[in-house]
Amino acid sequence: MRERLYPLEDLEDIPGTTVFTARRSRQAYHLHKFCMSLMDAENRKRFKADERAYLDTFRMSDDQKQAVLDRDFNQLIELGGNIYFLVKLSNTDGWSTQKAVGSMTGMTADEYAAMMRAGGRSPEGQRSKRGGN
Amino acid sequence: MAKITAGIATSHVPAIGAAFDQGRDQDEYWKPVFDGYEWAKEWIKDNTPDVVILCYNDHASAMMLDIVPTFALGFAEDFEPADEGWGRRDVPMVYNNTDLAGHIAEQLVIDNFDITIMNQMDVDHGLTVPLSLMFGRVSEWPCKVIPLAVNVTQFPTPSGERCWQLGAAIRDAVACFPEDLNVQIWGTGGMSHQLQGPRAGLINPDFDNEFLDKLIDGTDDLRKITRLDYLRESGSEGIELIMWLIMRAALGEKVEELHRFYHVPASNTAVGHVVLKPLD
Ligand SMILES: [Fe+2]
Repeated sequence: MRERLYPLEDLEDIPGTTVFTARRSRQAYHLHKFCMSLMDAENRKRFKADERAYLDTFRMSDDQKQAVLDRDFNQLIELGGNIYFLVKLSNTDGWSTQKAVGSMTGMTADEYAAMMRAGGRSPEGQRSKRGGN
Repeated sequence: MAKITAGIATSHVPAIGAAFDQGRDQDEYWKPVFDGYEWAKEWIKDNTPDVVILCYNDHASAMMLDIVPTFALGFAEDFEPADEGWGRRDVPMVYNNTDLAGHIAEQLVIDNFDITIMNQMDVDHGLTVPLSLMFGRVSEWPCKVIPLAVNVTQFPTPSGERCWQLGAAIRDAVACFPEDLNVQIWGTGGMSHQLQGPRAGLINPDFDNEFLDKLIDGTDDLRKITRLDYLRESGSEGIELIMWLIMRAALGEKVEELHRFYHVPASNTAVGHVVLKPLD
């Protein structure tokens, strides 16, 4: 076995953070296929006309479909999703990336925007679950 | 002979592109961001390259679903701006220099970099926002562009050290291309930012500014930064900074910093921008 630069389990040690792995990529393959389909104006129109019917044309899990309908980005990431795919959905909704990203923090859009204007979230206490630093 | 005459690094935030496209660049929020690029926009008028090798990452616009290339070199004659969910950016088509791209591909493979060749792809904000920032509103880009896309999204991502070695190999490849060409290399993305989960919005100015300092003459330290370090210190998307290392390595050992800019925030992200000149 080649020597790793750090133990793999340390990737799970970052508070509030999910590392997008090959396994997650597989889990979210059809969700992501849906997301990338929204890069076409015609598909965006079909999705907006009947979200449920459009989602049913993809082999996504029911949980993934529901999370899309709910625009629950934390849940979509929990179900394998990655933000670079998921913003195709928020862009289709006309959301700014800030609105989509802020929606995962438990803050309102205004609170999140104010935090960013004030310099963003400090890394203090956010580096390691184990270390608490 | 071809020569790399300068390196440019910049963040490539999509919201910067949107502000630019919608004419909001002089708004109270955006003006300080765009002001940070005025120096380079003037400078590049007298230093327009023939070709830019543009290191960026594809944000699940042309890759990452079916194919996840670690390093992908654009080999089409032209690249259309991608539709990322709200229509294509109204910016010019991007044209390649396929002679140089082919030469670089061949030399890199000899150098044991098994890169992926992209014969067709659209280019997203990662590539087009830096072009807008440097060249402003133009009817055509004033230079050719060779896109070099790096996987910074799906684990495992290449190490900073590997990116450094790739940059050094690009430098050697360009230097032995027989045509006289003025080549620049750009590294884009970063600086600290996190776009997911309850920790979203993380910004680390201490980390970012130390990175900017060491980019000049402390690069041995930067090469050792691991994915885990980037995650802890610079947020889950701060890993994009490895693309700056490709740029920096392609400039050789010693550089002069012509310009530096740092600003928080642009949307979710810390904006960093430098212009470097190789000294040997
Ligand atoms: Fe990016």
